[in-house]
Amino acid sequence: MKNMFSTNNKYLSLLVTIALFILMFGAGSVMYPGFFSFQNIFNILINNSYLIIIAIGMTLVIISGGIDLSVGSLLAFSTMLAASLLENYHMSPVVVIPLVLATGSIFGCFMGCLIQYFDLPPFIITLAGLYLARGMCYVVSIDTIPITNSFFTSVAQYEIHFSPDTFISINVVIALVMILIALYLAHYTKFGRTVYAIGGNEQSALLMGLPVAQTKVLVYTFSGFCSALAGIVFTFYMLSGYALHGTGLELDTIAAVVIGGTLLTGGVGYIAGTIFGVLVFGTIQVLVTNQSLNSWWTRIAVGILIFLFCLIQRLFESGKAAGGVKTPEVSDASVKKIE
Amino acid sequence: MGEISVIWKKFYSSRIFWPVAALVFFLLVNLIIKADFFTIEIKDGHLYGNIIDIIKNSIPIMLISIGLTLVIATKGIDISVGSLVAISSAVVAVMIGGNLVMVNGHQEFVTLFPMPVAILGALLVTSIAGMWNGMLVSRVGIQPIIATLILFIAGRGIAQLITTGQIVYLYYEPFFFLGSGYLFGLPFSLYIVIFVLVITMFIVRKTAIGMFIESVGINPTASRFSGINAKNIIFWCYVFCGFCSGIAGLVVCSNIKSADGNNAGLLMELDAILSVVLGGTSLSGGKFYLMGSMIGALIIQTLSVTIWSFNVPPQISLVVKAFVIYIICLLQSGKFRKGLFRIFGGKEIVS
Amino acid sequence: MPDNSKGPILEMKGINKSFPGVKALSGVDFRLFRGEVHALMGQNGAGKSTLIKVITGVNRQEAGEIRLGGKLIRPDSPLDAQRLGISTVYQEINLCPNLSVAENIYIGRQPIRFGKIDWKEMNDKSNKLLSTLNVSIDVTQLLSSYSVAIQQMVAIARVLDISAKILILDEPTSSLDENEVKLLFGVLKKLRDNGLAILFVTHFLDQAYEISDRITVLKNGNKEGEYISRDLAKVELISKMLGKELSEFSYSQKETVINTEGKKIRDSKEVLLKAENLARKGSIAPVDLDISRGEILGFAGLLGSGRTETARLLFGIDKADQGDIFIKGKKKNMNNPSNAINAGLGFCPEDRKVEGIIDQLSVRENIILALQGKKGIFKNMPMKKQQETAENLIKMLGIITTGTEQEVRRLSGGNQQKVMLARWLATDPEILILDEPTRGIDVGAKLEIMELVLNLAKKGMALLFISSEIDEVVRCSSKVEVFKDREKINELTGGDIDVNSIMHIIAGGN
Repeated sequence: MKNMFSTNNKYLSLLVTIALFILMFGAGSVMYPGFFSFQNIFNILINNSYLIIIAIGMTLVIISGGIDLSVGSLLAFSTMLAASLLENYHMSPVVVIPLVLATGSIFGCFMGCLIQYFDLPPFIITLAGLYLARGMCYVVSIDTIPITNSFFTSVAQYEIHFSPDTFISINVVIALVMILIALYLAHYTKFGRTVYAIGGNEQSALLMGLPVAQTKVLVYTFSGFCSALAGIVFTFYMLSGYALHGTGLELDTIAAVVIGGTLLTGGVGYIAGTIFGVLVFGTIQVLVTNQSLNSWWTRIAVGILIFLFCLIQRLFESGKAAGGVKTPEVSDASVKKIE
Repeated sequence: MGEISVIWKKFYSSRIFWPVAALVFFLLVNLIIKADFFTIEIKDGHLYGNIIDIIKNSIPIMLISIGLTLVIATKGIDISVGSLVAISSAVVAVMIGGNLVMVNGHQEFVTLFPMPVAILGALLVTSIAGMWNGMLVSRVGIQPIIATLILFIAGRGIAQLITTGQIVYLYYEPFFFLGSGYLFGLPFSLYIVIFVLVITMFIVRKTAIGMFIESVGINPTASRFSGINAKNIIFWCYVFCGFCSGIAGLVVCSNIKSADGNNAGLLMELDAILSVVLGGTSLSGGKFYLMGSMIGALIIQTLSVTIWSFNVPPQISLVVKAFVIYIICLLQSGKFRKGLFRIFGGKEIVS
Repeated sequence: MPDNSKGPILEMKGINKSFPGVKALSGVDFRLFRGEVHALMGQNGAGKSTLIKVITGVNRQEAGEIRLGGKLIRPDSPLDAQRLGISTVYQEINLCPNLSVAENIYIGRQPIRFGKIDWKEMNDKSNKLLSTLNVSIDVTQLLSSYSVAIQQMVAIARVLDISAKILILDEPTSSLDENEVKLLFGVLKKLRDNGLAILFVTHFLDQAYEISDRITVLKNGNKEGEYISRDLAKVELISKMLGKELSEFSYSQKETVINTEGKKIRDSKEVLLKAENLARKGSIAPVDLDISRGEILGFAGLLGSGRTETARLLFGIDKADQGDIFIKGKKKNMNNPSNAINAGLGFCPEDRKVEGIIDQLSVRENIILALQGKKGIFKNMPMKKQQETAENLIKMLGIITTGTEQEVRRLSGGNQQKVMLARWLATDPEILILDEPTRGIDVGAKLEIMELVLNLAKKGMALLFISSEIDEVVRCSSKVEVFKDREKINELTGGDIDVNSIMHIIAGGN
């Protein structure tokens, strides 16, 4: 038990986030009767499944030492593209969905190539990507495009019941599948481990012979894919394509990732942490709504949480620099001195 | 004739040549499309025309860029500037507030706080926000992007908090003069920019602080060894940036006669960063060019107008802006320039 | 025992390598046998790191050949070299601190089972690997939770597991304490006895004697010699490393130092700086010293002996754990360079690129920087005064530049060094610290700088002169502190100052 809270425990930040979630949910349960129910947790999942998917992509990008600010706009563009293809060109979902996913991936790949091969700062490139994607939304259409396609409408309304009162939506299933895929990628593939290595020390990763360039480009491609998938999921949720979808989503995502224990400096983070980060974020929103507070309180609370997490992370970093495990003593006789 | 060629040569080799050239280029494109682009008339006692509009609309970005240029010169960045604009608008609007009352048979508008106090209040709040940013970067040692990310996220929430979630409308006439008034035919806000710019340039070049900022941005260790207090310099640059964003917020609020916590200053951070970069200051810190940043702001505004005059919806300008950023970044990238030379086999230009 | 039976496993012949302006290696031969530890030694700029870079494929030599196991090789990258069997562990370790020990060993080549990484297998294999190096730790913990010494073992384990005909260790003991060095040497001896060829780059004399079978000495890009360690006397090693570079220039020896004008000032014995018991953990053991007006105090010692560390404490760059500094008899808190500058000190750092020049600023701005820093933000020097000051110093030091406004990064190394000096001279210091002021400069410029140092002392400045060239220290100083292994071990004055005495002191005799 003592070891659980030592600073050397690599799962410490994950535990903190889980504890935070339990704390918040517990507080909610105390404040509102009926808060503590499975359906409440399921509702948080239903309402935030797109956020989970995007945050997964963002987590890998941040672990690799980069950042992706285009996710929200890319989500919006994906909804626009899907809606337009479905409604205006009457294409089948079987074609539209893969097309949208491919477009998102290519967009991410484009940014990844600029960042990697020309040594450009990810912050600026993806921020410009934010502008680009949102602009492209307007190129497709200035107004919203409602989706009437039967496949989409039926998926939107479908409920998977565990009991008469508890259910989840298909979006949650998609999110859960993505979580499993992400866990596999992050912990059981060379790609995932290379992402961690790059974030820890890119120079060392290069010297150790790891495929740094491909991995970095791939990680942005994956983030683009996640944004596109989240866009599809969002269309199941909102049944429309609209350029203003997902405004500010990148910030919510970064917030969830940071609260989940991933360091913005790279190299450290867990997919599981991000999931709980999203749950914490979702719980804050529910609490804020329940208190009839304005939604901007969410922003402030999130800002404060990020600050606290950054501060704590910084303190840990400087504390670790001073400490460190000592080498065990050598029991041999002393070495001869040369005269 | 010889003197002119000397002046031209100096201009050509200075960093400000390319920004000015780009600006002239875009202005000329507009002239080609619309022959009367440059015409200026006098209406209602003040100058009126496309050029005046461009200048007027670039003023908030210009104000932000003055502070942001210094921050970027220290090898930092401040992405919270847009949120600070929202906060400043909110503070001044709420503090002016006020009601219509009857005084001696006339209807008069009475403010909650005197206007000067409200203005000072707004500037104070954003300066404190700048202190917060500066403290995180220089004392706690957090990376500038991450440090200013916090206010980037929370700032609008704070602005909403101040306006209690509603858009605050202003009716106090004297305040409108700030953003919409004219003095000697030119927009009053232009005088504000010129004032701030001149004072900043004066301070930066007539005291040692300009050189110290550049020194800190290029080599903080060597600067420290020379007895320069890098931490303090970095701190005050962020404070000043907050202050400038505050002024920008006042102008914005006065212009649209309201404070909207959600939309005020939206997307301004990228425009401001773009202005500074277009003006010749490098994102990796060091030498900075205040005049260049002003030209940069004008370029962005002219770019938007150019796109608009092609009858393209204004939202599409986002796409163009994005590509302009990519092109500039590529041009600033050493790897890209090397690649170009290999393809075109040109002479190695020492940059 | 070195296995000479099959010939050297690595043989380099006639290696030439130049960089712009400097010939790093000329006609260097080197050989390494199986089952030996071979130390590569030399001062800064001798060519050690260049030789390593050539072996490991970072740079390609201009002439000469490399043979591995008799076959000609041309490694074109560190990865290529690794594949050929040349394993290198650098000073900075080059692993990922955020991954576990096992992962650092196996990343890029993790065992895969049923499409996923087999962590258990990886951990087991790592344990086995580390146990052959006598290391037994929890391989699932993050690398960063272990000391540098252990991290080094992990690095060694990794490279040896990948491929190993040769193991190269570049300054492995710089961050280790005594116990950790013992541990490392135990492992190296075991590896050597198993037949591995080990190339050990170091500047620590005692360690070289302790662990190596043979020593090769480089000096100024040339091979001075290859020796069997136990047959090489320490004093001879030191003399090979330091050499007599300036012997071709005649110098009026002691006259330069003992000069009537200067002697009068020195005899007045006005102590400007005094340090008592000054120490910092891990940097320098408690040291006492003092410098008087008109005196040139030299710091002699080999690389890593603690000279620069002491200078940094005096100038307030690092904070001392204990001890006091007195300027003109008054105790001063040297918490930062500002305090030092206000107390009348100046400091010309060792690494001018990283700690000295502001490359994009002009010569003028670089020169007046510290002076302006001293005056503060508001007392700006008028442009005319700035130019005047800069021009005067450019003239005085003979700085070759197109003008005061030229960017410093365009100047040659020697001129950049002079700009650094000019910066500090502009502040009119009473005590000037010069750390390796003649490094990386051509011989002509070196002489100019030494002349300048002597002139400054004549006029009453107190100077602290640090140089790895014992010759220079001897020619310039009126008093010499000798440093070894982060400790001041002796002080020499007047007629006792000569190269042989200093070398003997460092060697450990008397």
